[in-house]
Amino acid sequence: MIETDILIIGGGPAGMTAALKAADNSAQVIIIEKYHQLGGQLIKQTHRFFGSKKEQAGIRGIEIAKQLTNRIKEHENINVYTEATAQGYYEDGVLTVSHNNKFIKIKPKKIIVATGASEKMLGFENNDLPGVYGAGAVQTLMNLYGILPGERVIMVGAGNIGLIVSYQLLQAGVKVAAVIEASGKIGGYLVHASKIRRAGVPIYTNHSIKKAIGEKSVQAAEVVKLDDNWNEIQGSEKIIKADTICLAVGLRPLTDLLIQAGCEMAYIPELGGDVPIRDDNLKTTNNNIFVAGDSGGIEEATAAMLEGEIAGLKAVSEVGHIDSNIFTELKRLKDELKKLRSGPEGKVIRQGIKKARGDSNAGKNRYTHLR
Amino acid sequence: MRIKEHPVLEFKRDKEITFTYNGKKIKAYEGETIAASLYASGIRVLKASSKYERPRGLFCAIGNCSSCHMVVDGVPNVKTCITKVEQGMIVQEEVGKGDIID
Repeated sequence: MIETDILIIGGGPAGMTAALKAADNSAQVIIIEKYHQLGGQLIKQTHRFFGSKKEQAGIRGIEIAKQLTNRIKEHENINVYTEATAQGYYEDGVLTVSHNNKFIKIKPKKIIVATGASEKMLGFENNDLPGVYGAGAVQTLMNLYGILPGERVIMVGAGNIGLIVSYQLLQAGVKVAAVIEASGKIGGYLVHASKIRRAGVPIYTNHSIKKAIGEKSVQAAEVVKLDDNWNEIQGSEKIIKADTICLAVGLRPLTDLLIQAGCEMAYIPELGGDVPIRDDNLKTTNNNIFVAGDSGGIEEATAAMLEGEIAGLKAVSEVGHIDSNIFTELKRLKDELKKLRSGPEGKVIRQGIKKARGDSNAGKNRYTHLR
Repeated sequence: MRIKEHPVLEFKRDKEITFTYNGKKIKAYEGETIAASLYASGIRVLKASSKYERPRGLFCAIGNCSSCHMVVDGVPNVKTCITKVEQGMIVQEEVGKGDIID
């Protein structure tokens, strides 16, 4: 049995900042990470971040990942297990992990779940054909391994991810045949949309994909125009030639472990799906389990990093490393997060967070798997 | 196909190695995942779905979705999108649910 003050599940932006915050305040920290390196989805984000300077705006995700990873590697209070997957949480607070073909047990005082998200699927004929990828998969192949996902791509979804990945495909020399978007308007920032339009990529709003065409892998897609009520317009179908269909239709929080641990959950569409009920310190209904980043609700990496810091700091204060500065710092971080979520872009997130705090009438949707 | 030039990124490829896919020799670089090496060689079909045996390839590429399960050195259901390729590995397309005992 391995004992530690704080166990962090997931070494992405939220998990990394949580670990650093806790370890800087002299807690012993373990991070377990499924992949063979830290960084989460930052390791393939070649675009520069938005926001204020304090939140690392202007820096590429891959650079942020490198900086955080180096600080963690040098930190004597942090132990990292890569290629390690959490298997289950037990009532006595033990977490089991598979690592290097071994089953290990870790008993922490506090757990921070920062497991991130998985990509949403879209229902259409032949959506399981090779060549239909999630947008994140395209980024992994292209930006991490330098391998082209195909020669001609149809991007489904004109939110920020769809637009940014389209631009990254163009940078890598891949032809983007079209971006299609079911709603009547482009969801992502117009600065990204303009960039790809200038490069000659058409963005078709009010369009959806009807089926993928191909035997062993994608050769084309049939798209269809939608009316304002999202119904298909008969006769508007057209075939677009492409060997790759890239789905950028949103993300869903990865909360299996939180559900299994018996944390109270609620389905909150504003946050991307089922998320844990938590307070403003990111503590769930289990006194020893915190959540941070996309596993608590889909947002940008900047918010995930701030949440990680908040959860890390609060967890430290509860394992006996109390320093009066912690609470001043905690307040500063919460104010910063509040500022990040202010303004019209943060409206949906603010609504979702309010429900997830349990202080509106999300109550009727709350559930738990505890007896 | 591998990217040779990129405006933002530089790809430092480690030592060249080989492995087999359904008996065919495939070139790879140390540090890549099995699925990445296969895709670089133009191979997109990794397994057949367990019920209808439909071709399946990469979907999430980060170990979440199970669409890339293959038989690696005799072990079925290996997530090839997060498993690093090694010299001499025997990789096979997976059909069905993957038997551990022959």
